[in-house]
Amino acid sequence: MSKAVSAMNGASFAGLAKVTETGLGGMITLRGDFASAKFQTAVKAATGTQVPATRKIAFGDRGAAAWMSPDELLLLVDYDSADAVVAKLSEDLATEHHMAVNVSDARACFAVSGDAAREVIAKVAPVDLEAGQFEAGDFRRTRFAQVAGAFWLDETGSFHIVCFRSVAVYMYDLLCTAAHPQSKVGIYA
Amino acid sequence: MSTRLAKQGRLIDRSKQIEFSFNGKKLKGFAGDTLASALLANDQMLVGRSFKYHRPRGLVASGSEEPNALVGLGSGDRFEPNQRATTTELFSGLAAQSQNHWPSLEYDVGELNSKFFSRFLTAGFYYKMFIHPRPFWKHVYEPFIRQSAGLGKAPDKELKDADTYEHFYYFCDVLVIGGGVAGLQAAKSAAASGAKVLVLEEKSHWGGRTPVDGGTIEGLDADAWIAKTVAELEAMDNVTLRTRTMGAGVYDHGYILGYERLTDHAPGQGGPRHRLWRIRATQTVTATGAIERPLSFAGNDVPGVMLAASMRDYVVNWGVTPGQKVVVATNNDDAYRTAITLHEAGVEVVRVLDTRESGGGDLADKVRALGIRVECGRAIAKVKDGKRVTKVAICAQNGEGGAREEIEADAVAMSGGWSPVVHLWSHCGGKLTWDDAQAHFRPDPERAPTGHDGKPFVVTAGCASGPLTLSAVMADAAAAGAKAAEAAGRPAQSVAEVATSDLTEAPMEAVWMMPAKADIKLRMKTWLDYQNDVKVSDVQLAAREGYESVEHTKRYTTLGMATDQGKLSNINGLAILADSLGAEIPKVGTTTFRPPYHPISMGAIGGEARGDIFQPLRKTPMYDWHDSHGAHWEPVGHWRRPYAYVRSGETVHDAVNREVKNTRDNLGLLDASTLGKLIVKGPDAGKFLDMLYTNMMSTLKPGKCRYGLMCSENGFLVDDGVVARINEDTWLCHTTTGGADRIHAHMEEWLQTEWWDWKVYVTNATEQLAQVAVVGPNARKVLEKLNAQAGGGMDLSKEALAFMEWKDGEIGGFKARAYRISFSGELSYEIAVAASEGQAFWNALMEAGKEFGVMPYGTECLHILRAEKGFIMIGDETDGTVIPQDLGLHWALSKKKEDYLGKRAQTRSHMADPDRWQLVGLETVDGSVLPDGAYAVGNGTNANGQKNTIGRVTSTYYSANLDRGIAMGLVKHGPKRMGEVIDFPGLDGKIYQAKIVDPIFYDKEGEKQNV
Repeated sequence: MSKAVSAMNGASFAGLAKVTETGLGGMITLRGDFASAKFQTAVKAATGTQVPATRKIAFGDRGAAAWMSPDELLLLVDYDSADAVVAKLSEDLATEHHMAVNVSDARACFAVSGDAAREVIAKVAPVDLEAGQFEAGDFRRTRFAQVAGAFWLDETGSFHIVCFRSVAVYMYDLLCTAAHPQSKVGIYA
Repeated sequence: MSTRLAKQGRLIDRSKQIEFSFNGKKLKGFAGDTLASALLANDQMLVGRSFKYHRPRGLVASGSEEPNALVGLGSGDRFEPNQRATTTELFSGLAAQSQNHWPSLEYDVGELNSKFFSRFLTAGFYYKMFIHPRPFWKHVYEPFIRQSAGLGKAPDKELKDADTYEHFYYFCDVLVIGGGVAGLQAAKSAAASGAKVLVLEEKSHWGGRTPVDGGTIEGLDADAWIAKTVAELEAMDNVTLRTRTMGAGVYDHGYILGYERLTDHAPGQGGPRHRLWRIRATQTVTATGAIERPLSFAGNDVPGVMLAASMRDYVVNWGVTPGQKVVVATNNDDAYRTAITLHEAGVEVVRVLDTRESGGGDLADKVRALGIRVECGRAIAKVKDGKRVTKVAICAQNGEGGAREEIEADAVAMSGGWSPVVHLWSHCGGKLTWDDAQAHFRPDPERAPTGHDGKPFVVTAGCASGPLTLSAVMADAAAAGAKAAEAAGRPAQSVAEVATSDLTEAPMEAVWMMPAKADIKLRMKTWLDYQNDVKVSDVQLAAREGYESVEHTKRYTTLGMATDQGKLSNINGLAILADSLGAEIPKVGTTTFRPPYHPISMGAIGGEARGDIFQPLRKTPMYDWHDSHGAHWEPVGHWRRPYAYVRSGETVHDAVNREVKNTRDNLGLLDASTLGKLIVKGPDAGKFLDMLYTNMMSTLKPGKCRYGLMCSENGFLVDDGVVARINEDTWLCHTTTGGADRIHAHMEEWLQTEWWDWKVYVTNATEQLAQVAVVGPNARKVLEKLNAQAGGGMDLSKEALAFMEWKDGEIGGFKARAYRISFSGELSYEIAVAASEGQAFWNALMEAGKEFGVMPYGTECLHILRAEKGFIMIGDETDGTVIPQDLGLHWALSKKKEDYLGKRAQTRSHMADPDRWQLVGLETVDGSVLPDGAYAVGNGTNANGQKNTIGRVTSTYYSANLDRGIAMGLVKHGPKRMGEVIDFPGLDGKIYQAKIVDPIFYDKEGEKQNV
C-alpha cells in the first residue's frame, strides 16, 4: 500500500457537471529562460512537448507543459517520476540559471466534466468560458472564488483544475456548490 | 376607489387567480400582477407611512422609481424588509407587511408628528434640536428617534437567510442594459455586425412602456414589433437575452454588474435566489429609459396622487385603475395619454389641468374631442390631506394659490416632464448637459465615460439619451447599437431608418412649483422626497442657511438619500435650490450617481460565500487526525492549527499544561507543516538573501542552518525563521506561518521591481511538505526506533547531525529531510516529508512513540516552550513598530554587510534612541500571570492627565514547568533595570507587580537542546 494519499481521496459529485478529485499528479515548477535552446530541449526531454505559448498547455508523450508566467512553466508528469524528472532537468540545465522544484504534493487536482462544465467554472473563475474563447489546449492561471487555481480543457471536454492542497476541501465544496443541479445558467449548456 | 377593470391588463392572466396577504388580510390577484397592481385592485391605496412625519402614503409610480410602497416580504428566515411593491411579482402565498407605523397602518400615533411638530422637524433638525444638552442625545433623543424613524425592521438576528446566491462571470462585445424598444433596437443593430451581444431587462417582460404609450414601429403596433424583434434576437447565436436582470452598476474597464432575480417570483423553487452577473463588456449601451417627474403642489403625497404615466401603466398592463374620478395635472403633452387611456377604460377624467397657457398639441386636441374638460394655465393648489384623495383645489398656475375652485376627485395623475435615466451613464464618469427644451439633464455624448484607452465605453440609446418621441427614440437606438458594435471592433454598419409613427407634441413647460408662487403654507405641504419626507420648504430653508452646494444640501436636508436615491426627487429638489439661490439649474448641478441603480441583495454580493465556503480554510495533511483527537482549533491566517489536544475530562488549560510538561519530560509532536518554506535559487541568491536578512546568509555552508531576521525597508522586524543552505546556489528559507505568502510576495516584489537583473528564482514550496517537530528528551530515540524498524535510515546521532544542521535521507522508510533546529530548547528535530505522506509519517511516529510517552502538542504549548526560553514570536514581540534592536537581537545584525533592507532606517535618530522600550523578562512578585497587553506605569502624567507608561507586556503565560507566570515585555531602559519591580494596572482593578528579569527562564545554558 502506498503511503501517499491525495487530499480528498478521490471524492466525486454529480450535479450540473461531474466534479471529481483526480488524485495525485506529478507536477514540477520550472523557471528559466523560455528562449534558451537548452531550456527548450530540457522541457522536450521531460515531457515530450515544446514550451507552450502564452496561456496554453502543450501535451507530449511523457507529460505536458503549461504556461504559468513569462518565466515559469508547470510540467505535468507521472507522480512517481517527478523526482527523477527534476533531477534530469537540473542536470540538463546545470549551466543555465533555472529552478526546478517538485510540487506534486503541494497540489490537489480536480476534473469538471459534463454539459454544464463551462457554466460551473464561469461561476467561480473570472474567465471567458465561451466556446471559441476557451478551447482544448487553453490554460489559465487564475482564481476560483477566494483561492488561487489554474485550469485547462482537454480534448474530451473535461476541465482540469489544479489548486493548493491545503484548500482542496474548499475547492471541492465550491465546485459542488456551483454545480448544484438547480443552478443552471443556460448560457453554455 | 381603486379597482380592477373589466378589460385591459396586457400582462395579467385572468384565468389564474393568486391569493396573497397584506398585513394579514387575505387578498386576491392574478398571475402577472405586481404586488402594487394587486394591492390597487383590492382598493389598498394606503401602503405605508412616511419616514419622519408618518404621513399616509400610497403608490406613486409603477416601477423601480417607487419611493413609498416599501414592504416587508416573507417571514422567518426568508423575511426581507424594504421591498418595493412595484418590482415584486405576485406569487401564491406572498405575505407582505407595511412598514414604519405604530400601532397600525390605519391608525398611527407618529402621524401626530406631522400635525403638531412639523414646523420643528425642518431641514437640519437633528443638528439643531439635539445638540444640547449633550447627555440627552445618547439617553433620550437617540432611543426616541430610533423608535420613531427608520424604514423596515431588520430580519431576526438569530436566523440565517434560507436562500442561496451565486455569481457568474460573463464577457461580451456589446452589453445592452434595458429591454425596451430602444434596447431591443440597439441590440438588433449591434448584433447585425456579428458582435456578441447580451441584453439585460430588469422586468419579466420585454418592450418597456411603448405598448402602453402607443405608436407603431415598422408598421406594427408596439406589442407585435416587440414580439417579432425578441424572436429575431433569440434566433441569433451571437445574442443572449435575460429578463429579471437589472444592470446595477457600471465600473472602470467596462466592468458591469447585472442583478438577476431568479426565484423572487417563485420562492422555494430551488436553486439560487439571485445571481450576480460580473460582466466585462467592451462597449455598454444604456437603454434605461426615462423617469417621469412629480409636480410640486401641496398634498402631492396623499395616496391617490400618482405619476400620470404610471397610472396608465396600471390601466393598460394590469387592468387596474387607481380611481374613478381623476384629475390630470401636467406641464407637457404626454399626460394627455393618461387622460385618453382612462377615458377609454371607462374612468371619468374630471379635469385636465395644463400649466401652459397655450395648451398642448395633437394629444390635447384628441382629449378635447373625447369631451374631457381641459383647462390651460391652471394648476393644483392643494390636495386635501387624508388617507386618500377626496378633494382637489384648483387655481391659476401663475399665482400664489388663491381664488381656488374645489372639485371632488379620488385620484390625481401628475406629470412634470421626463428625466432620462442617466445613472448608469454617470456611474463611471459620464457627464451631463442641461436640455432647456425638455427641462432635464441628459448625457453629453462628447463627455462619455472612458476606458483604459481614453475612448468612450458607454453609449446611451433611446429616452436615456434625451429624445422622448418614438421616432427620435428608435433612430437614436439604431445608431447607438451600430456605434457600440463599431467601437467594440466590429465593421461599421450603415444604420437603416426605422419607420415609426407618433403624434406631434407641443413643447413642455418647466414647472418646479405649483402654483408658481405658492405661499409658505402650501410649500410646507409640498413634498420633494417622499421617502425621506423632504419638502420644498426644507430645501428653501437650507438655501437660506447658506447651503449652496447641491451635495451639502442633499446631506443637510436628506433629499435623495433614501433607498430610492432620489429617482423622483433630485431634479425637482435641485431646481428649487437653484431658484432659491438665484442660480441656473446647470450651475447648481446634480449630486453624484452611484451604483447600484436600485438596491441589490447582500446575498447576491456575497454570492456562494456562506457556510462551509464562506472563507477558504487551509488544512494541513494531518488536519483530520487532529480533529478526531480533540484539537481545539486556533485560526492562524486561513489555517486552522490545533491550539491544544483536549482529552476527555480536561479543560483546554489542563491540556496545555499536560503538553508543556510532557514535551519537556518525554516526547512531543508538533504539526509544523504551516511554516513557510521558500526555495531561493540562482547565482545571485546569496547576495539577495544578504539584502533580505539582517544577518549574513551567503556565508552559510551547505548542510547548515542559521536563524535570520527580516526587516522592512523602514527597519521594522517583519519575519524570522531558520534558513538552510541546500547547495551552492540554493537556500531554503523558513518563514512564520502567517508570513509564507507575504514574504514570498516581498521577495518577488524586490526581484521584479528593484533587482530585476539579479539571477534569482523563488518558489513557495510550503505545501509540498508536511513538517513534524519531534521534540523532547526522547526525540532521537523514537526516530532511531523508526529507522530500526525500517531496517536502516539516516544517522541521527549528535555527531552525524549536530545542532543547526540538516540532512536528506530516509527515516522509517520515508524520504525525509531532517533539521536539527529547536524552538523549544529541547532536543528537537523537524522532519519534512512529502505532504501526501504526512499522515502516514505522523501515524508512524505516534505508534513508535508510545513507549517514549509521545503526545501531540498544539500552538499554545509551542508558545509557552519558546517563552520559557525567551525566544521572540513575530506578532507577539513585534507589532510593526518594533526593530531588532528593541529585542536585544543585535547579534543578528551584520556589521560586515554594506547594506540590508532596514539598515539605513535603523540608524535614524528615533530608531537609535536609547529611550526605546526594550525586551526583558517579567516575573510577577506573587507568581501570578500578568494580563496580556498590560501597560506598565511610571511616575507623573501626560498632557491628557493619564499616567505615563513605561512599558507593555508582549507575551505572558502560565508555565507548568516553572509553576508560575512568566512574561516578556518591552520596557523603557529595561535591560538596565534588572531586578526592579514595576507596576502593571490590570483591567480588573488590581495592580500587578513584576520584577524585571532576564527573558530566558529555562535552561539558560541551552544544554537540553544540544545533546
